[in-house]
Formats: sequence, C-alpha cells, structure tokens
Amino acid sequence: MTQPILHIDQLGKRFGGFVALDGVELSVPQGQRLGLIGPNGSGKSTLVNCICGTLQNESGSVTFDGKKVDGMPAHKRTRLGLARSFQLPRPFRSMTVAENIRVPLLYTVNARPGSHLAHAELDDRCMELLGLVTLQDKASKYTTDLTQVEMRKLELARAMAAEPKLLIADESMAGLSHSEVEDIVALLIRMNARGITIIMIEHIMSAVMTFSQRLVVLVNGKKIADGNPQDVIQDKDVVGAYLGT
Amino acid sequence: MTIEFDLLINAIIAGLMLGGFYAAVSAGISISFGMLNIVNIAHPGFIILGSYIAYIFNSSSGVDPIVIAIFALPAFYALGMVIYQVYYASFEKHGLDSLRGLAFFFGLLFVTEVSLNLVFGVDYRTVNVPYISSSISLGAMEFPVRMLVPCLVSLAMFAGLQLFMSRTFMGRAVMAVSQDPQALQLMAVDPIRIKRVAFSISMATASMAGALLIIIQPVIPSSGREYIGRIFAICVLGGLGSLPGTLIAALLLGVIESITSTFYGPSWAPAVSFGLLLLTLAVRPSGILGR
Amino acid sequence: MRTPAFILTLSLVGAVLYFAFRHVGNDYLFFAGYTVLQYIVMATAWNILGGYCGYVNFGSAAFFAIGVYSSVCLHTIGERVDDLFPDFLLAPMHLIFPLPLPVLVVVAGAVAGLVGLGMGYLTLRLRGIFFAIATLALAVVLETFVANWSFVGGSRGAYVAPPTEVPFFGPYIQFLFVLMLVLVVAALTTARLIERSRLGVGFATIRDDELSAEASGVPTLRLKLIATVVSGALFGMAGAPFPYYIGYVEPSSAFNLSYSVNAIAMSMIGGTTTWAGPMIGALLLSTLQQVFTVTISSAVNLLITGLLLIAFVILAPKGIVGLWQSWTSKAKGPNS
Repeated sequence: MTQPILHIDQLGKRFGGFVALDGVELSVPQGQRLGLIGPNGSGKSTLVNCICGTLQNESGSVTFDGKKVDGMPAHKRTRLGLARSFQLPRPFRSMTVAENIRVPLLYTVNARPGSHLAHAELDDRCMELLGLVTLQDKASKYTTDLTQVEMRKLELARAMAAEPKLLIADESMAGLSHSEVEDIVALLIRMNARGITIIMIEHIMSAVMTFSQRLVVLVNGKKIADGNPQDVIQDKDVVGAYLGT
Repeated sequence: MTIEFDLLINAIIAGLMLGGFYAAVSAGISISFGMLNIVNIAHPGFIILGSYIAYIFNSSSGVDPIVIAIFALPAFYALGMVIYQVYYASFEKHGLDSLRGLAFFFGLLFVTEVSLNLVFGVDYRTVNVPYISSSISLGAMEFPVRMLVPCLVSLAMFAGLQLFMSRTFMGRAVMAVSQDPQALQLMAVDPIRIKRVAFSISMATASMAGALLIIIQPVIPSSGREYIGRIFAICVLGGLGSLPGTLIAALLLGVIESITSTFYGPSWAPAVSFGLLLLTLAVRPSGILGR
Repeated sequence: MRTPAFILTLSLVGAVLYFAFRHVGNDYLFFAGYTVLQYIVMATAWNILGGYCGYVNFGSAAFFAIGVYSSVCLHTIGERVDDLFPDFLLAPMHLIFPLPLPVLVVVAGAVAGLVGLGMGYLTLRLRGIFFAIATLALAVVLETFVANWSFVGGSRGAYVAPPTEVPFFGPYIQFLFVLMLVLVVAALTTARLIERSRLGVGFATIRDDELSAEASGVPTLRLKLIATVVSGALFGMAGAPFPYYIGYVEPSSAFNLSYSVNAIAMSMIGGTTTWAGPMIGALLLSTLQQVFTVTISSAVNLLITGLLLIAFVILAPKGIVGLWQSWTSKAKGPNS
C-alpha cells in the first residue's frame, strides 16, 4: 500500500479573529477522484490555498507525495506536481490565450530536471492543451476578449499544462451549460484514468456525483463528512448544513 | 546628570507634542490608504499647499492660521472630490494597474511642489501668531506654545474623525466599504459616493495639517518630502485602517525622533522615520493594531 | 534581429552620432548629449523593474547616487593614498589608484546591485505598494547617511577634478560621452534580451498577477530580486561618471527627487512594455528639458515633466509606443 499523495494533518488557518480552517484532516490516496463540497464561506478555497501555498497555514501540516510542504512557496509545490485552478479566473491579461498556457510549460515543465520542451514542442503542447478544453480557436486572442466561461476553461488548461500529479479544480464549471459540464467532467475522468489524482470543488451536484469516488463535506472550516458519495449525501448533518431537503 | 535628565524629559514632551501633530498629518492617509486602499502619495504636497495658503492669508490679514484653515476646508474638500473623480474614472474603474494610480499621485506631488516653488521660491516662510515664541513652564518642563496649540488642535481633529467614523452613518459606511464593498451595495449604498466622501475628508485634513505645520516650523515647497516617510511609517506602524493605531504610532515616532534629534543631532531625524518604516515592513507589516 | 546584430547597429548609430558631433565642433553638444544618454540608461533601468515587473521604484535617485558616491569615494581614496595606507602598501596602491573610470563604473554597478539585492530581500515579499514606499524610505535613509559621511564631503559636498585631456578623444567630455554611449548600448541590449527571454515572460506574469504566476511555477521572489539587482546596477553605472561630468557633488543634488521623477516619467511616457519605450521617452523629454532650461527656466521644465506624466498616465497609459501601435493597427484595418 503506497503512501497517500496528499496528507493533511490538523490544518488550521485564521484571519485575525476569524477561524477559517479548524483541525482539518484529510488523506488522499493516489489516483482518487475526490469531491469537496460545502456552503459558501466554509473554507474550501482557503483549504486549497493552504494546500497549494498561496496561503501559509498556521498549524498542522500538509504532506504532498511524501514531502512536507509547509512553508514552501507556491511555485515549488507546483513544480512538485501540485496544480490548481483559481475559483475566480486569474489569467495573465497582457498575454494571449496561447501565451498564458506557455507560462506553466516554461516555468514548471521545463523547470523539472530531465524534462525540457524545445521551442516547437512548446507550441504543439499549447495547442494540444487548448484543444482539450476546446479553446484552440482562441489561441491568439487576448484574455480580455474571452467570455467568463472561456476564462474558466483557460484556468483549467493552465493547471493541466503544469503536468500535475494532483490537480485541484476549484469551481471550474460555474456558469457552464449542461453539455459543457459533461465535457469537463469527462475530461477530468480521462485525466484521472492517466493516473492524475483529482480533487473537484463544486456546487453542481450532478457533476460531483458523476465524478467523485469519495465525497468530503466542509462546513465552517471543519470536515463534517467523508466517505462514499451516496452515503454522504444522505447524512443528516450534511443535509442540514448544505444540501437541504 | 540632572541636566541630562531635564533634557530627556523635555525631549519626550516635545516628542509627544510633535507626535500629536503627526497624528493630524497622518489621519488623511490613514483614511485614504488604510481604508480606501488609495495610495495618495501626494498628500504631503497638499499639506504644504495648506501651509502656503495659511501663510498668504496670515501675512496679509494677520488672521490665525488655524482659523484660515477652517475657512479653507471646503475648498480642500472640493479639491478632494475632483481628484477622486479623476482617479476613479482613470484607474479604479478598470480595476488593476496600481502602477498607473501611483504614478498619477506621484506626478501630482511633484507638480504641486514645483508649482509652489515657481510661485513662492525657495525661501522659508513662517506665520505670525501672538504665541509663536511664548512657552509654558512647569518646573523643569517646557511647553512651547507654538507646539502645544497645534498638538491640541490636532488631537481634537483626530478625536472628531474617530467619532465620525464610529458614530455617524457615513463614517460607519466608510469603515464598511473598506472591508466589504459588495455588502454595502446590497444595502443600496453607493460605494463610489462613500469613497469619494472619505477621500475628500482626507484631503480636508491636509488643509488643517498644513496650517498647524507652519505654526510649528518654517516651510519650503519641498518640506512635504520629509513627511512622506513619516506619514507612511506611522500608518504602517499603527496598522492600516486603524485610527487609534495611527495615534499611538504617531506619538511613538514623535518621541523617538525628538530624542534622536536632541541627543544625536537633527540631521539624523529624517532617517529615523524612514528607518522605522523599513524595519516595520521587514518585521511586522501588519503594524501594532493592524487587521 | 539577433542580439549581436542589434549591438552592432546601436554601436554604429552611436559612432555616427559621436563623429557628427565632433565634426560640428561645439562641445555643448557633448554636454547636452551626455545628459540625454544618461537618462536613456536611467529610464531603461527603471523600466526593467517598474514596467516589466510592475514594481514601482520611487527611490531610483538612491541607486543613481550610490553610483555617484562610490565614484567619489574611490576618487578620494585615490587622492589620499598617502594618508590612508600603511607605508609598505603605498607603492602598489599608487599603481592601482587612481582607478580608471570604466573600472569605477563596474564597481558602482556592483555596489548598487548589492544594495538592490539587500533592499529587495527586505521588501519584495510585501505588496507592490509597500515596496514602492520602502524605496522612498531607502532613498532618504541613504541620503542622510551620505550627508553625515565626511569622507565624501558630507553635506558640504565634494569636488572632483577630472583630467582635462584624454588621448584620442581630446576634451574629457568626449570621453564621457562615449562612455555613456557604451552604457546605453549595454542597457538597451539587456532590456531587449530580457524582454525576449523566458525571464521576460516571468516578469510579465508578475506584473499581471503574482499569485497566478506562483501557481504556474514562476519563482516570483527570485525574479523580482533579479530585476531589482539589474535595475539598481544600471542606475549605479549611470551615476558613476557623474562626478567627473559635473565637478562638484553634494547629497541633495545627487539624491534629487527629479531623477526619480524623470526615470518614471520617461518610461511611462515612452511606453513601459518594450525596451524602445524608455529610450523614446528619454530622448523626447530630456531634449525638451534641455530646450526649456536654456530658454525659460529649469523649474518650469520640471513642472512640464510632472504635468506630462500625469497627462500620459491618464490619457495614454501605454505611452507613445502604445499610441503608435494602435495607430498602425487601425491603419491595417479592422480585420488585422
């Protein structure tokens, strides 16, 4: 039994007097499809930020792929194989769509020992990634010309470009149409089939249920449920706090 | 030994009075930077403008600068509204690029200073007030009135601002807009209008601060530069957005500067505030009472 | 155009300029030209950190002054070798000192770069605005120290007497002019190299969205430090010949805020996204300033600089380069 790819031990994070995360424990085995749900403000994005290094946790620890990453800056974690998409898309506005995808290729993929994409290969890989999220026609457009939905897809493509071992998709499907949601879920499942562990944070329950092998519920910074999706959605605490009757 | 002690006591007293004055100087930035996140680096320039306005009217009519400043308040308030409108339309509306907003205010600071230079030249200007050279003595302690009066007026203005922020609807709206502009919109309050009011208030404080400054010391157009560091040092040290924190930090800086000046010479004084700023930024950027 | 070709082209332009001025025979051209070239270097230096990375340095004058005073310091050591060194070192020291100006330039660059590194390490982990204020703070602290340092003249200043004639060039100012030309080529080449490299992409991501850059694997702190060091070093190098140009330096003029304002104004008016922007801005503004100083007064030209900065920042934020780019894309038609 190999070690879990992500292990979170008693993670705590405060903002002044406000406790955002309270003793969160989570162990994610390699290759799992994990869904993370919870009401707005429950700490889901804070958890992602602490895992990825955008924020530093005050207590507890995060271990990724066997390494303790506490205190490590975000770019090092990305290079270790931990990628995320931002809930509110954060594209590089002075660059085109294709140039946006080049950044993780240049700074993550090319920064890893042993892997180096030459100039032409970079362009090919860009188009390949854009094709996965059906943005290839927009490659030379500036991100300011994209719709919200297209920006979310770009966000996902950028995370995928980093060739992660673990990908955290933070509400990447908000605003997408039903068929677009299905496409993204299918894409994520295909990626998972290639060995990438995926944590999906979503409010769209149909996507979560289709995708997840395991469901975790976060409320007020605490984990209140963790297990088989069918069981979790019937848990009375979960229903009371989030799902409603 | 006794002489040293007297010197120290008076340095501390002078420092406290200076600090009280610094609080008035920093109040404007505490509002615009601490609460509205607008880096109005031109604020010291406007303070000096206030000093020169006090000088003009005082030298022609003999009226006390503080009274002049009170009359000048509406003009400064209006100026604040204009500047905020330009700032908002050119920069804030588009969301990003703080670089340009900064460059804008830096340009304003520079233009203000150079304009004053062209009009008034580089001679030191002072005002004529009856109490300019008198002093109140309590034993070994000296209270120069030209420092005491500005300190008291400044503290009064500061207290007034604090009351405004905590007791009035507009004041609480300003505190709210600094923390959560979206919530404010849900309450059908226009955050832009609130910000404009707050910025104009901060500009109005410059009018009074300028008048107080020229009572304490002679002024030249580039005097504003010494205050850039002081003001930001005080606001950062006190914790951005916290008026009480700003007051504590102002008093602290005043005392440290005064002691340094008394025992090591006045030429080191500018380095004190800036050095303190660098130290704070490196060690505890959220300040004493910061959020 | 590949880099060696670029360097060659610039050098040729510089050589043509030099010989043209020499042909005209009026030394004033060299004096005025030196100032313009100096500002090209300074604007380019500022832009590497400010325009490419988005981190505004208000205290650029400090790095310039570091260059100025490192030259003054080394010059003073050279003049007082007999006082400063023990007897057994006098012979070798007299061989080393006085140091030739190109060496001073390199030393100035190293010192300024080091200071940039130190300051960057202290402040670059904070938000951009705190960095900007810290740069101002640094400038004032440094000025205070220098004003209290009697070895370099303190607040009373120091006189620096350059040699009057130099082989080949003739008048010393021509030598200074060519030295500054070399620095211009170095600065422009550096900026262009950065812009076209992976480093330039990294800088742009920091400017656009630092959090996103980190998440994409960009080591933001390291890149920002690189930018600060390169920027600071270039400023220092621009300042190193200054004492020899002007003959007398004192802290309030070496640390003058107008250097900082000019560096910012020239970059923003010219255009911050490309190496050519600061050069265009510096050429335009500096020439204008020379004209105004001679015809009206130097205070007025500062006022105009400030007003132009405000105007461009509000109306033409992408600078002259940006205006030119939008005119040419409109000329190509809506389908370009």
